Amino acid sequence: MGLRIGVYVCHCGVNIAATVDVEAVTRFALGLPSVAIARDYTYMCSDPGQALIKEDIKKFGLTKVVVASCSPMMHEPTFRGTIQEAGLNPYCLEMANIREQCSWVHEEEEEATRKAIQLVAAAVDKAFLLEPLEERRVAVTSAALVIGGGIAGMQAALDIANAGFQVYLVEKEPRLGGHLAQLDKTFPTLEPVAPLLAEEIREVEGHPNIDLLTSAEVIGLEGYIGNFKVNVTDQATIRELKVGTILVATGYDLFDARLKPEYGYGIYEKVITGLEFERLVSLSGSRKFWVNGKEPQDVLFIQCVGSRDKSVGQEYCSRICCMYTAKQALLVKEMLPQARVTVLYMDVRAYGKGFEEFYDQVRGEGVLYRRGNPSEIYKNGKRLIVRVEDTLLGEPVQLEADLVVLATGITPRRDSPKIANLLKLPRSPDGFFMEAHPKLRPVDTVTEGIYLAGCCQGPKDIPDTVTQAKAAAASAMIPLCQGQVKVEAVTSIIDEELCSGCGICAEMCVYDALSLHERKGVMTINEVLCKGCGACAAACPSKAIKLSHFTPAQILAQVDALV
Amino acid sequence: MQASLDIADAGFLVYLVEREPSIGGHMAQLDKTFPTLDCSSCILTPKMVDVARHPNIQLISYAEVVGADGGIGHFKVGVKQKPRYVDVDRCTGCGLCVEACRLKGRISSEFDVGVSKRGAVYIPFPQAVPLKATIDPERCVFITRGVCGKVPACEEACSAEAIDFQQKEEMIGLEVGAIIVATGFDLFDARLKPEFGYGLYPNVITGLQFERLSSASGPTRGKITLNGQEPKKVVFIQCVGSRDKSVGVEYCSRVCCMFTAKQAHLVKEKIPDAEVTVLYIDVRAFGKGFEEFYDRVRGEGVMYRRGNASEICKRGERLIVMAEDTLLGESVQLEADLVVLATGITPRGDAQDLATLLRLSTSPDGFFQEAHPKLRPVETEREGVYLAGCCQGPKDIPDGVAQAKAAASSVIIALRNGMEVS
Amino acid sequence: MEGQNLAQAYRLFECIQCGRCTGGCPMSLKTRFNIRRLIYEALVDEDMDLQSKEVLWDCSTCATCTLRCPKGLDPTDMVIGMRSILVDGGRIPPTIRDALKSLAIRGNPLTMAREERADWAEGLGVKEISEGAEVLYFVGCSPSYDPRVQKVAKAMVQAFKKAEVEFGILGNEEVCCGSEARRMGETGLFEMLREMNLETLERYPVELVVTTSPHCYNAFQNEYQGLNLKVQHYTQFVAGLINEGRLPLSKEVRRIVTYQDPCFLGKQNKIFEEPRKILRSIPGLELRELDRSRERSLCCEGGGGRMWAEGTNPEERLAHTRVQEAMDLGAEVLATACPFCLLTLEDAAKTVAGEGGIQVMDIMELVVEAL
Repeated sequence: MGLRIGVYVCHCGVNIAATVDVEAVTRFALGLPSVAIARDYTYMCSDPGQALIKEDIKKFGLTKVVVASCSPMMHEPTFRGTIQEAGLNPYCLEMANIREQCSWVHEEEEEATRKAIQLVAAAVDKAFLLEPLEERRVAVTSAALVIGGGIAGMQAALDIANAGFQVYLVEKEPRLGGHLAQLDKTFPTLEPVAPLLAEEIREVEGHPNIDLLTSAEVIGLEGYIGNFKVNVTDQATIRELKVGTILVATGYDLFDARLKPEYGYGIYEKVITGLEFERLVSLSGSRKFWVNGKEPQDVLFIQCVGSRDKSVGQEYCSRICCMYTAKQALLVKEMLPQARVTVLYMDVRAYGKGFEEFYDQVRGEGVLYRRGNPSEIYKNGKRLIVRVEDTLLGEPVQLEADLVVLATGITPRRDSPKIANLLKLPRSPDGFFMEAHPKLRPVDTVTEGIYLAGCCQGPKDIPDTVTQAKAAAASAMIPLCQGQVKVEAVTSIIDEELCSGCGICAEMCVYDALSLHERKGVMTINEVLCKGCGACAAACPSKAIKLSHFTPAQILAQVDALV
Repeated sequence: MQASLDIADAGFLVYLVEREPSIGGHMAQLDKTFPTLDCSSCILTPKMVDVARHPNIQLISYAEVVGADGGIGHFKVGVKQKPRYVDVDRCTGCGLCVEACRLKGRISSEFDVGVSKRGAVYIPFPQAVPLKATIDPERCVFITRGVCGKVPACEEACSAEAIDFQQKEEMIGLEVGAIIVATGFDLFDARLKPEFGYGLYPNVITGLQFERLSSASGPTRGKITLNGQEPKKVVFIQCVGSRDKSVGVEYCSRVCCMFTAKQAHLVKEKIPDAEVTVLYIDVRAFGKGFEEFYDRVRGEGVMYRRGNASEICKRGERLIVMAEDTLLGESVQLEADLVVLATGITPRGDAQDLATLLRLSTSPDGFFQEAHPKLRPVETEREGVYLAGCCQGPKDIPDGVAQAKAAASSVIIALRNGMEVS
Repeated sequence: MEGQNLAQAYRLFECIQCGRCTGGCPMSLKTRFNIRRLIYEALVDEDMDLQSKEVLWDCSTCATCTLRCPKGLDPTDMVIGMRSILVDGGRIPPTIRDALKSLAIRGNPLTMAREERADWAEGLGVKEISEGAEVLYFVGCSPSYDPRVQKVAKAMVQAFKKAEVEFGILGNEEVCCGSEARRMGETGLFEMLREMNLETLERYPVELVVTTSPHCYNAFQNEYQGLNLKVQHYTQFVAGLINEGRLPLSKEVRRIVTYQDPCFLGKQNKIFEEPRKILRSIPGLELRELDRSRERSLCCEGGGGRMWAEGTNPEERLAHTRVQEAMDLGAEVLATACPFCLLTLEDAAKTVAGEGGIQVMDIMELVVEAL
C-alpha cells in the first residue's frame, strides 16, 4: 500500500478558528498529493477529536498523520499516543503549529490563513519522508545513590530505602548531620535540634537498605539513567557502585564574613557569625550567656551579610537569615532579659508557616527592629560602634554594642564546580545547581536520573529542605519502581564512512553521548545518552552525523514548501 | 496533579477527585509565573493533559469526598459525583450549548473572577480537562424554574445529544491505601478591608483579577484596560489580608510580594509610559531568583515605596491612595487609575468541614496541620493521610510542586510496603 | 526612660512600622503630626523628649490609626498617654488648661455654671429622672449649654414626646462623661467624673441610657467599667422607634442630604446603618453618600480636646474640605449626629458657603421637621 496521509486541522475553540480560516486550510490540504483525507475539528486533542483520527487510520489505511494545531510541546505526545493506539508508529506524526506560530501572533485573517496553509504544506512534505523509529526500553538497576549526609540526604535516603530499594549514602565527613548538627534550636518552634537529629541519624544508620559510606567522595561517574556506574573513594580504596538513579544533596557553605571587611570580622573578637552564635549558645548550655566572661548589655544583629549584596557577588536572598536571627535575638532576650537586643534589617522576610507569628512574638518580647543596613563597625575604647542610617528616622546613627552577630548568608559549596563537572550538572547564575524547570520540575535536572535536594539547589530552611528531599526521593524512586526506562528514539546517527573521528562532535555534546571507537577510528554514539538535540549534527565538518526525525532531506523538504 | 502523576508513574492506581468541573486549580487562572515569566497555562496544560492521559489515573471531576473510614492500607472513601446534567461520554466539548444558552453573558465567571461573564451551561476555560460542558444547577432556569423556552436552548443546540437533565447525584465508593489532601486555598475577600473601597470602585481590583486582565487568553486578550481605557498610573498595595491581625490573618501569604513584582513588571512591559508604584512593608523576595527579579523590576522603573496604604478615596475620576511613605516620614496621596490589591491566601472556606471529615487537625492559622513542622512536613496525625500544596499553608508553585512530590513519596512508600506484605 | 516606659505600656515593640496609622491619619494631611514616627522615636530613643512635641495636641483621637493597625496596637491610646505626660509636666496649651479646670470645678469644659445645666429644658416639660422613668436621656455638655446644640436636645425631647417615650434627664446632677478629659491627658479627672456619674446612675433604676453625643456613648460603652446599664446612641434608639412604628414621620422634607459619619459613632463603634436608616425613613428626603464615608469617613477635627486647642495648623481645616465635598455632591444639608461635628462643620459652612449656602444639621433636627 502506498503513502496515505491524513491531515487534521484544529480550531482550538476560537484560538485558531477566529483568525485562521480552518476550512480553507482543510480544503487546501485535501488537494495535496498523497493526502487521503483532511478534516477540521473544534478540539483535535479532545477524546472525540482523537477518535476521529483513529477511525480514519483504519478506514483509509493512513500511513502518516499531520495535525495542524498548537505547539508540539503541548500535544505531540498526545497525538503520538493516538496514532500508536491505531497501530501506526508514533513517529509517523508531524505537527504544524498554526496556533503559537500563526493565529496567536497574527491579526489579519487572510494572511494568517495563507501562513497556516504554508505551514501545513511544509508539514505534509516532511511527512512524506518520515520514517518509523523504534522506542526502546532499558532495564534499571534497583538501587539509588545519595550524595551528601545532611538532613536532605538523610531524608531522601530514608524515603527511598523505606520504599524497599537499596540506597548508597555517601558523606564526605566522618559523621552524618551536616550543618544541622551545628545548630542549637530551630525556628519558629524553638525545638532543640540535637534529639531530632540523633533520631534521624539512628534511623539511617540502622536501616537495612542503606549502605552508609562516610569519609567518602564520589570521584567518577559514567552511564545513564537506570545504569549508572559510580566510583567512590574513602581515600584508601575505590569502590564501584551500580545504581539506577542519583540524588545530589551536597548542601552549602556559609558566606565568609571576611569578604566584608567593613564589619571587622576576624579583627574584633566580639563580631561573630550566626553559626558561631549557635555554637556559643549550645556550649554555654543552660541560661548563662557570657562574652569574655561578662554578660553583654547591648547585642546587635546585622542581617544580609553576604546576601542581597552585589558588591560581594551575592545578589540573591539567603532565605533563612531573617528567621534564624529572630530566633537568636529571642534566645538572648530569654537569657538576658535586661540586655538591649537590636536587629538591623532591610526587609524582614518572615514568609513561612508560623514565621510572621514568630516575628511578632520576638518583637513582643522587646527585641528592637531598626531598619537600615550598617555601613561599618569600629571600636571606641572597649565598645563596638556600629554606624548605620536608621532609614525610618532618616538619620545616621551610631550604636554601641558589646556583641555583634552577623547573619551570614548561604553560598554554593566551594567545591560545587567540581561536583557540577563530575555529574554534568549545569549551575544557575547564582552558582547553585540548576533544576530542570524552576516551576514544575524543581527537583529534576536536565540529566535524566539525577535529582537535587536541599541547599545545593538554593538556600532553604529545614521544612523546605525535608520536603524537597522527599520530592527528589519520589523522582528517584519512580524509575526504580518501573524497573525499566524509555529511551529517546530521536537520536543522532553516524555515517561511519564519512566520519573522520575528529571529535568535534564530542566536544559539543553536553550529554557525553559520543566517543571515539578505538578500533574503527570513528565516533560512536551511545543512543541511551543521546537526547537528540542535534548539536553534533550541526557541528560535524564532514556532515557525517544526521539526526533521525530531523534529517537534512526532511528539513529541506519542509523549507522547500515554505519558500 | 503532580502527586497523582508521581504515584501513577510509580505504578499505582490513583483516583484524582476534583470538586470543580475541570482540574487545574488557581494556577490555570494565572497569566505569567514569577520570576521566569513563563506563561502559566503553557506549562500547566501539558500536565493537565498528562493527568488525563495517564493509564493509572482515574479522574473524577465535579465530585466531592464525603467520608473516609478505615486507615492506612484500607481506606474506604465515599465520593459524591455531582450531576453535570451533561453526558460526558457524549459531550465533545464543542461549545455549541455554551453559545446557545439563554443566560449567556449573564453570570459572573468564576474562572475570570468576575472580569467576564458566562452562561448557565459553561466550560470554565478552553483548556479545561476534561473538556466537557457543565450546567450550573443554581442558575439554569430549566433546573430552577422548569422552563427554558419550549425546549432548553442547550438541548436544542447540542448535536451530540449530550444534555441530560435527568442526571442525579451519584455516590461512588473507593478503596485506597493512602490519601493525599491537596485542596488548595481561597483568596482573602478584599471587602473585609472597607478602607480600600473594593467592590465600590471598579478600578480597585485584586491580584487575581489582574491576572485575568493580563492573560492573553483572558477576556481582554491580554490588554490591561478598564472600560477600554489604558491606566497610566497604577498602584499596587501589598499585604491586603496578610500580616493583619485586624482581619484575623496574622500570617504572611508568601506569594504576594513576588506576584505583585511580576504584575508591576507586566504593566511596565505593556504600558511603558505608565507610572507604577508598589506600596509595601517588607519585600519578601526569598526564593531562588526572586531577589534578582525584584532587582530587575525596580531597574525597569517600578517605584517601590515603603508604607502600606491606609485608605483609598476618589478625587474627580481618579483614585487617591493615602499612605505614609515611611522612608520620607511623610503622608502621601498617590493618584491612580488602577489599584491592584495583593490579596492574601486563606484556608478554604470549607477547610474546617474537611478537617472534621478526614479527622485532621488545623493549625492556629486555619490551614491543615502537618505532623511535625520541621521533619514531617507532609504527614498528618492520621497515618496514611498526607498533605500537599496550599491546604497546609501558603506556597508558591515550585514549593507546591515539591511538597506534592514529597507527599507522593510518602504514599509510594506506604503502598509498596503494603504490596510486600500481601 | 520615657521612651522605654511608653514602649512597654503600649506594646510598641510589636509595631512593624508599616505606616498605615499615619497614612490614614487625618492630621497627617495638614500637620507634621506623624504617629508612626512617634512610635518609632519612643522605641529607639530611651530619653525621648516629649515636652517639645507640640504636635501631640493636633490629634483628634479619631482612632483611624487604631482601626487600621495590622498588629492590634492602639496608637490613639499612646497619644493620650503621651499627653498625660505633658499634662503632668504642665506643658499644655492655656485653652486646654482652662477647659480642664472648668471640668474639675463645674463639671463641664465650657466654663458654664453647674446649676445652669438644665436651663435649656425649661418649659419643655421634661421630667427629672428622680421622678422615675425607664429611659434616661443623658444630654451631654454642649447640648446643655451651647445655644446651637441645645436645638438638638430640644428636638430630641420633641421626638421622644411624640413617640411617647417614658424618659427623664439628670438635670443639674449630670456632669460631663469625662471622655474629653481623658483624651486631653487628664486621666485622673476622667476617673473622678466617671465615679460621679456612676454613683448618680446607680441611684436610679433605669433600663436604658440614651446619649446625644457619640463621645458620651463611647465613654459609657467602652470606658465605664462597672456600668451595668444598656447604653444607646440616640440614632440607635430613634431608628428603633421608627422601626417599631412609634415615631411616624409623615411630613415631606424635600431636601438633598448627605451624612457625615462621626468618628466616635462610626469608626470607633461601627454604628453606620442606624443614622442612614433614620434619614431614609424621612419622606421626600434624598440621601447622597459622600465618597469618603463609613469606615473611610473624614474626621471633622472636633474630638480629642480639639474643641479647645487649635493645633499647629489652624488655617487649614478638614471641616472645610468636608463642607466642600458635600457641596460638590449637590447636597443642601450636611447632616451629622454629633455635637462636635455639628459645631465644626457649621462653622466651616459659614466660611465656605456663607449665609444661605449649605446647611449643617443634626439628624434629629431633620426628624422633627418630618413630624
